[in-house]
Amino acid sequence: MRPFTYERAESPQAAAAAAAKTPNARFIAGGTNLLDLMKIDIEQPAHLIDVNGLDLARIEGTDDGGVRIGALVRNTDLAADARIRRDYPLLSRALLAGASGQLRNKATTAGNLLQRTRCPYFYDTNQACNKRLPGSGCAALGGFSRSHAVVGGSKACIAVHPSDMAVAMRALDATVETVKPDGSVRRIPIADFHTLPGNTPHIENVLTKGELITAVTLPKPIGGHQLYHKVRDRASYAFALVSVALVVQANGSGRVALGGVAHKPWRVEAADAELPKGAKAVAARLLAGAQTTDDNAFKLTLVERTLAATLAEAKERTA
Amino acid sequence: MAPSNDWKFTRRDVLKMGAMSVTALAAPRLVAGGSESGLGATSKPVTAKVGMEVNGAQQALELDTRTTLLDALREHMHLTGTKKGCDHGQCGACTVIVDGRRINSCLTLAVMHEGAKVTTIEGLGRPGSLHPMQAAFVKHDGYQCGYCTPGQICSAVAVLDEIKADIPSHVTGDLTAKASFSRTEVRERMSGNICRCGAYSNIHDAIEEVAGGAA
Repeated sequence: MRPFTYERAESPQAAAAAAAKTPNARFIAGGTNLLDLMKIDIEQPAHLIDVNGLDLARIEGTDDGGVRIGALVRNTDLAADARIRRDYPLLSRALLAGASGQLRNKATTAGNLLQRTRCPYFYDTNQACNKRLPGSGCAALGGFSRSHAVVGGSKACIAVHPSDMAVAMRALDATVETVKPDGSVRRIPIADFHTLPGNTPHIENVLTKGELITAVTLPKPIGGHQLYHKVRDRASYAFALVSVALVVQANGSGRVALGGVAHKPWRVEAADAELPKGAKAVAARLLAGAQTTDDNAFKLTLVERTLAATLAEAKERTA
Repeated sequence: MAPSNDWKFTRRDVLKMGAMSVTALAAPRLVAGGSESGLGATSKPVTAKVGMEVNGAQQALELDTRTTLLDALREHMHLTGTKKGCDHGQCGACTVIVDGRRINSCLTLAVMHEGAKVTTIEGLGRPGSLHPMQAAFVKHDGYQCGYCTPGQICSAVAVLDEIKADIPSHVTGDLTAKASFSRTEVRERMSGNICRCGAYSNIHDAIEEVAGGAA
């Protein structure tokens, strides 16, 4: 690991200002992804701004009947919160499907949104990767691409976003709240927060230099049956091959988002309208324009079947 | 033997390194800051002071900022019960309990834990006054080589506390009901601790016995 200087932030705005003025600075909260990447020289900060002492670890109601989740709320605490379990069970389920108990105790809400891909070619510093070193190429395209993206990818990158939490937040229409170095705040709909790789896969979200996530808000609860199904190579503590976040109302309408298939949590609003027609129609709309490799083409079938299983379970619960 | 900074390889050492690592030395690493001077990074180690309570004793340390909590425990406080397995949060051998929560001590910096209360395997119990979980692992033979055991035991102690604190898991059926103990719950909740000897069934028996005694 390269040497770095270290400070503890006094306030969100001070943290943002420090990150903007210090060359090559990074925020650190849980650190479970950042330190992992620093150890193998993929992340190389010269300065770390520890935001753990900031007052951003609360879960509280909002004026419009929704909930504000502080950026530093740990994944364990968010999943276990009584209001989240009752009103947004999809979010609890997605969080509990991710990582291990030890990691969830450390990992934060904002850090989970910002985690980097687990593409093995991104992690292997002897391989070409446009995300790690722009312009070096993409070893995944001609390599083992079983875990990679089937929609929204580009010739520069077919990595997937690893988060389960973000998939649930996408289905729940979350908003990301930030503070900028000048103290101004902004609210970013989660649909616009993560970016597709295009020619700039090293850019993964719309945050600007120094901008710090302070909270994630959810609109008022939408009810319905909320299910998160994650398909992976082992039953626990593995990243998704495919995951489905589903909310179904009594009248058959609902929402669906996918994990494990794209560079960002994947939702196509037009696909929601197909829910009464069944999994095949929904999957066709979600995966329109899919570009697969020999290794990952199975994900198209897996999405449809996982959707069908999730819809069937929702129906069972209604009966 | 006096420690030396010189690299002295025997022929056997070179053979052990194997073709792969030799290739890695020869190939340029495709990382952003190829040279040490890149990115305006400081090239000199930086130290910082941190104080924490470890197993009930105050510790005042001055550490390289890069020092993980795991390395601080092992190399600076000489509490070598906590083990380094993968050093990337994948195996759970380094699990310790910080402010009541189990974490991977390899994935956190020591300087981030000013004022923290840390419990390691040495702090749970000692020879002659074992923690009930330590005693149960001995009784049920919950290990073979023993390397993952300190992490398994710290994790197991915390798992029972998490169930008591009504923290649900991936296999919890009803999120609105209170979390409860079962073997399925233990399997899911202990998935961050790998045992390559495969002592899992005995580990489960040990945890079940302690949970039964506590209920």
